[in-house]
Amino acid sequence: MTELSNPQPAKPPRSQWLDVWDQFKSHRGALMGGALFLFIILAVYLGPFFWELEATQINIRHRNQGPSWEHPFGTDQLGRDMLARMMAGGATSVSVGLTAMLLALFLGSFIGVMAGFFKKLDGPLMRLTDLFLALPLLPLLLVMMLLFREPLNAAFGPEQGIFILIVISIGVTSWMPTARIVRGDVLALKEREFVMAARSIGTTNSSLITRHILPNVLSPIMVSATLGIATAIITESSLSFLGLGFPPDFPTWGRLLFDATDYLQQHPERVFWPGMAISLTVLSVNYLGDGLRDALDPRIRGR
Amino acid sequence: MLTFTIRRLVLAVPTLLFISLVIFLLLELAPGDPMAQVPLTVPPEVKEKMREALGLGQPMHIRFWKWIVQFFWIEPQVLIDHYLGTSFSAGDLRVISWQTRSPVMDIVIQRIPQTLWVVGTAYVVAILIALPIGIYSAYRQYSWFDQLGTFVSMVGFSVPPFFSGVLVIVIFSVQLGWFPSIYDTTHVVDSWDAFVYQLKQMIMPVMVLALQITAQLSRFMRASMLDNLNQDYVRTARAKGLSEYVVVMVHVLRNSMIPVVTVIALGIPSIFGGAIITEQVFKVNGIGQLLIGAIQANDLPMVQTLTFIFAVLIVLFNLIADVLYGILDPRIRYD
Repeated sequence: MTELSNPQPAKPPRSQWLDVWDQFKSHRGALMGGALFLFIILAVYLGPFFWELEATQINIRHRNQGPSWEHPFGTDQLGRDMLARMMAGGATSVSVGLTAMLLALFLGSFIGVMAGFFKKLDGPLMRLTDLFLALPLLPLLLVMMLLFREPLNAAFGPEQGIFILIVISIGVTSWMPTARIVRGDVLALKEREFVMAARSIGTTNSSLITRHILPNVLSPIMVSATLGIATAIITESSLSFLGLGFPPDFPTWGRLLFDATDYLQQHPERVFWPGMAISLTVLSVNYLGDGLRDALDPRIRGR
Repeated sequence: MLTFTIRRLVLAVPTLLFISLVIFLLLELAPGDPMAQVPLTVPPEVKEKMREALGLGQPMHIRFWKWIVQFFWIEPQVLIDHYLGTSFSAGDLRVISWQTRSPVMDIVIQRIPQTLWVVGTAYVVAILIALPIGIYSAYRQYSWFDQLGTFVSMVGFSVPPFFSGVLVIVIFSVQLGWFPSIYDTTHVVDSWDAFVYQLKQMIMPVMVLALQITAQLSRFMRASMLDNLNQDYVRTARAKGLSEYVVVMVHVLRNSMIPVVTVIALGIPSIFGGAIITEQVFKVNGIGQLLIGAIQANDLPMVQTLTFIFAVLIVLFNLIADVLYGILDPRIRYD
């Protein structure tokens, strides 16, 4: 009778998230994207604490200046500091992106889990998803902006009202891809043995979903979260660019770009900063999502 | 196949009706009053008359029904009259724009050629660029060409059209002065010089739109080629001694084109939506700009009709994509 080998594992156990991190580190683009995104978030939220000029402070003597040490990005036609405006605008744009993404993610995961888990709901909910996918989204968003701006402005004030409106309309029109992916994964998970085992010991549906199903569909949700931030930021900037987003004195990146196009001939650099900020944010988020997808896929991990 | 197509066509009818209802209700909920711009000195009974003249007097369901009749019954008759010289639609009320008091469809028909020219050319150019890039990136996976292609398409995804559009205007028309920054739709091509000018003014919008489409399509083409390149039938083809060109361009490409063709079909309606921004940047007076103008002027019949046309395009091209998939791939049988 052979002696059983030493039951102690040779290496300490590694958590799953450590493996994910290792795989993520090996994707250079994703690492750079993540770092850049983190930097942008820190810059737009913490930057105003270090840069004492106000985004709305008008200094007509210093108008239309080029880049200098006093104003690194120059000043606009009213002498407002572009760096301060970029940071204020970025805070709005990134907040809209994050909040709208969270709303879309919540709606998408909820509908996806419901459709995948309860057979009766599957048909109606998926028809609903198909209907939403057939809607012309950008025209509808524009229409929603036109229609609900006034009452929400009256209820919450011009800035809060438009923020709520933009976040809700982007969230309500972008949950469909998440719902489809989550539903597919839930359908496959539902037939697995561990779900059956959990059910056999009398786990209720709600705790089955929260304890067993949701943690397992976390990776597709995280990937669509990153892509959701990118689309939300682009949509918000498009709305602002078309003049249907935030009010003029309230800077966002799209709005700054829109205002700068009037001075395209004289001060082309003013278009460059907000456009570059939008593009870099979206690019970094896209690379982050790309890396996350690879890192969270157990078939690729460890290769 | 035919039964499937017919079934899908029949199913598209309730979908479209539902979408038109959604758009109608959304506009109905609008707090805005079309009479808000009328001066306060106009007495209320005159205002009421004006309201009725715009068709706002009746209850909601009757107005929805009227719009449906006008859009699906009277407008096609107008079209037939126009082509055949008959007079089916004489005396019928058409969908009237509040801005210009002329039929909405007439304005749309005037605007569509501009959009189709710019968007259509961009789409063709993008397909012609994207397919070779996708094929070569997949064939030389992880080569410098592939890495560059990945990066360029990531950039294409990330740079929104209102930035790339403004950027090319700054570079090519402000700094270099090569191309005009505004698209002149009244320009008539009647000589070689006029043709050159038309080409010049089309380059920038087409370039901006094509960059976005190329980014998506080349990724799809690459992924689809990669799926097929490692299959057994490719090894068989090589083992038979077929040349590398025949293996890749005939055997692999034909199979990889199946999903790509459907993606091309699915992308067409979203291009119309995306063209809204590009048209705004280059001042092309196509249907996208018409929609923005109508939204800003609170012209609800125009907004409703245009939004619905976009919805019809999406449903139609979804259908076309599904049918194409069935025709191209003999393994897929819907019946």
